[in-house]
Amino acid sequence: MSDRPQQTQRRRLEKVVIRFAGDSGDGMQLTGDRFSSESASFGNDIATLPSFPAEIRAPQGTIAGVSSFQVHFAGRDIVTPGDRADVLVAMNPAALLANLGDLVAGGLIIADEHEFTPRALKKLGLNSNPLEDDSLGEYQLVSLDITKLSAGAVGSFGLGRKDTGRTRNMFALGLVSWLYGRPIDETVNWLGTKFAAKPTIRDANIAAVKAGEHYGETAELFTVRYEVPAAPMPAGRYRRITGNMATAYGLMTGAHRAGLTLFVGSYPITPASDLLHELSRRKSHGVITFQAEDEIAGVGAALGASFGGSLGVTTTSGPGFSLKQEMINLAVMTELPLVVVDVQRSGPSTGMPTKTEQGELLQAMWGRNGESPVPVLAPSSPSDCFEMAIEACRIAVEYRTPVVLLTDAFLANGAEPWKIPELSTIPPIEPRLVSGPNGVDGKGSASYLPYRRDPVTLARDWAIPGTAGTEHRLGGLEKSVEAGSVSYDPDNHEKMVQLRADRIAGIPVPEVQVDDPGEQAEVLVIGWGSTWGPITAAVRRLRQRGRAIAQAHVRNLNPLPANLGDVLHRYRRVVVPEVNLGQFCLVLRAHYLVDARSYHHVRGLPLAMDELTEHLEGVIDELDQANSRGGEPNPLGAVQTSSTIPNRRKQL
Amino acid sequence: MSTLTSSDGLAGVPTAPEPLKRKDFISDQEVRWCPGCGDYSILAAFQQILPSLGIRRENTVVVSGIGCSSRLPYYMNTYGIHSIHGRALTLATGLAMTRPDLAVFVVTGDGDALSIGANHLVHALRRNMNITVLLFNNRIYGLTKGQYSPTSEVGQVTKSSPMGSVDQPLNPVSLALGAEATFVARALDSDKAGLEATLSAAAKHRGASLVEIYQNCSVFNDAAFEELKGPGSAESLIRLEEGKPIVFGTDNHLGVVSDPGGGVRVAEVSEVGSDAVLVHDPHTADPSRAFALSRLTDQGVIRRAPVGIFRDVERPSYDDQVRAQVNLAEQGQGRGDDAPLEKLLLGPDTWQVVYPRATRRPTV
Repeated sequence: MSDRPQQTQRRRLEKVVIRFAGDSGDGMQLTGDRFSSESASFGNDIATLPSFPAEIRAPQGTIAGVSSFQVHFAGRDIVTPGDRADVLVAMNPAALLANLGDLVAGGLIIADEHEFTPRALKKLGLNSNPLEDDSLGEYQLVSLDITKLSAGAVGSFGLGRKDTGRTRNMFALGLVSWLYGRPIDETVNWLGTKFAAKPTIRDANIAAVKAGEHYGETAELFTVRYEVPAAPMPAGRYRRITGNMATAYGLMTGAHRAGLTLFVGSYPITPASDLLHELSRRKSHGVITFQAEDEIAGVGAALGASFGGSLGVTTTSGPGFSLKQEMINLAVMTELPLVVVDVQRSGPSTGMPTKTEQGELLQAMWGRNGESPVPVLAPSSPSDCFEMAIEACRIAVEYRTPVVLLTDAFLANGAEPWKIPELSTIPPIEPRLVSGPNGVDGKGSASYLPYRRDPVTLARDWAIPGTAGTEHRLGGLEKSVEAGSVSYDPDNHEKMVQLRADRIAGIPVPEVQVDDPGEQAEVLVIGWGSTWGPITAAVRRLRQRGRAIAQAHVRNLNPLPANLGDVLHRYRRVVVPEVNLGQFCLVLRAHYLVDARSYHHVRGLPLAMDELTEHLEGVIDELDQANSRGGEPNPLGAVQTSSTIPNRRKQL
Repeated sequence: MSTLTSSDGLAGVPTAPEPLKRKDFISDQEVRWCPGCGDYSILAAFQQILPSLGIRRENTVVVSGIGCSSRLPYYMNTYGIHSIHGRALTLATGLAMTRPDLAVFVVTGDGDALSIGANHLVHALRRNMNITVLLFNNRIYGLTKGQYSPTSEVGQVTKSSPMGSVDQPLNPVSLALGAEATFVARALDSDKAGLEATLSAAAKHRGASLVEIYQNCSVFNDAAFEELKGPGSAESLIRLEEGKPIVFGTDNHLGVVSDPGGGVRVAEVSEVGSDAVLVHDPHTADPSRAFALSRLTDQGVIRRAPVGIFRDVERPSYDDQVRAQVNLAEQGQGRGDDAPLEKLLLGPDTWQVVYPRATRRPTV
């Protein structure tokens, strides 16, 4: 296309946020996914936020049935999918209505006017067509009949009405790809593979995406075409990856580096099911998956596999995590490896299954009966899920313990570029299985003591069935130190409780890094998990405004980094943004006796960086004013958050 | 390695280099059941048959849940896990799927397997996991000191049912047959020979085997099976023996015959004639006859019950089929090699960044 003369002007942008929105059957997730892929391959940094209803086929044409996919792509390093969209592609009036509130002033709307029928408008309670009245005056509106144009492009393929309608999203993709100078050849190749078995569907979709691209070029709908250059990133080979995919690969890599079979016992649950799907496809790598009859059976089978010398893993989300707690406790007592991946979603109870939240930190830490210490890890971005999943495997195997890996729906479904690591650079994981007796029994004969420990790590000697001379019985009853016989001795119990606590507390974790350029900051903002993106974006903005602020992010939540207490006490004010009501803040206050302040929103969405930026600036201002007054600010307010939640849906 | 075609439940389990004895399977732990408990005789029978299976002790695993019976693994000098209430079968499932070289036994009770863990029992049986389940049925909660269980009779007075239980009891054999089990049997704790023969057959069956064992709780439900044991038990106990007419009673005067209603019933042989008496065939593919036989069990006070192997048919086990899929998928890939995983991590779409600009290069 580039060899043809261009009528349109070209403008260079640093970053763009596009939101594709339509009915849940309109293929918006696919469209957004393809656009992200094109952008990543082009060399942009990307961050994505898919959003879809829990219902598979929600009522058509309604707000509840709107599915959207937001992609942020940039010529520089970015950390969030963006609060607000610069461009809204609305495939029907419900999609427009549901998303308009998130469009920046003056933003671009590309709408399929075909769907704005009197009937569809009436269903939404609209008396006039927003594409024709003045209600969208503050935006740039490009209204075209995408349905008719795509139907025309695929007319020669003899498709039915339904399949013809399904090519609309590809036309829209072609059009937007042209507008932002994305090459569509990768999408064409992808369609060729995906629909290899259905040549007519394949060719029709390819025709639609090409037609969309050509239409952009010839129809003179747009006066400006945009360029977003490739982002400077560290040298290496990259791919795009979602958090769930990175988690699955991390688990496989962990088991591989440990030389153990990966066994996955899981029950389908949103938004964790993709982990089970991905791992079920990896039989050629020796991965054994088990779709259990329930959440308990999933984790029980995983623990049984670990007893047999495999690396047992279970994957779940909130309600399933609750069900697994008793089995996690059996793993605590038997000191066997187990990795529990909890892809957090909005709770309590069923909550909002497709929406994100960070509500399970305290449950992971303290949600079981008795003194039940468990290492807890939390990745900070989609690609970080890979590294943290390996770390979870390492701790589980080398310390013989269940490990909880807390991701969330935002990380799981979000995608970003990932620099593919070299396997050889990942340190091996050492199971150090015991192959025979490790001590003597009461009668002085060689014997296996299941709870004999490494003096440094306190990890117990692990022997697996099939090994002669190490036959032993484990179980949920308290066991005697070293010999592992059932014991009700009071002092023995206290000793074992303490040993279990000391073993987990002694796991070495990396020190927390503090980003405090200039070291002038009085405010430290500290987070965990998926809030890393919004916090980092807010911190960058504040620094651009000349404000000093320090940032730290914790990936090891239990045990906590050894230097964390010192870091916290170095600052006058500590702010902890979370997508819950302040769970990590509570942990920090309890552990370090520090006056940490919670900032939180629990809307099923990632934290909005605009609001967070304003909040943090307010905290800095408050300290500045107090400095000029010579006093201590707001001595009583332990928790600060905005008490009103703005209604971001605009009225038309 | 076991194969799909093998019908030997212990195929793949290494054989002991030298014959083992019963005492080899006895652990150093003091057995702590109540005096007179039926568990003692079941433990003894289990330890008796294990050497005869010819497998290695270190390749034997006993998994249990919670309850009196579930203490059994501690008394076995094998590998074992005393897990959590109702969930023994889940652990056994993970073990059986990943370790075809192990003989996996599950010891459970009527509360453990039929109340809190009933879900797992149904699914383990229908999947046909290669696991042998010993279900100790004493028709009472013993460890929690005497509440009614899912097999207690209607009207039974216990601590939690002072006016008598109104719970309809489950028949574990009927349940197992309804759950598509391929091996279902019943035995009596006091019948040493019958119990040992049934346990051996169950262990050798490939796929899930369920053995319901009527077990006396001498403290909270004593003599619950007395009609089947004492003098006159010949009139009560229906022994199912492969290829033999199903007759019982003094001089075999009673026989089991087809009932026009679709089930089976007990009749005087002298009235119906010996040709009408059914010949037991546990290998019949259709479970209807086995189910009908299971319904001869009294629901209330047990005055009559069949014992023996109700059903024993071949069907590929879940774990064998999973291993077959993995083996098929793995062909041509060396497990443990870096190359296949490196290729997977690379994926189909990659690009190379040569700082500071990105250029697109397709992955081969």
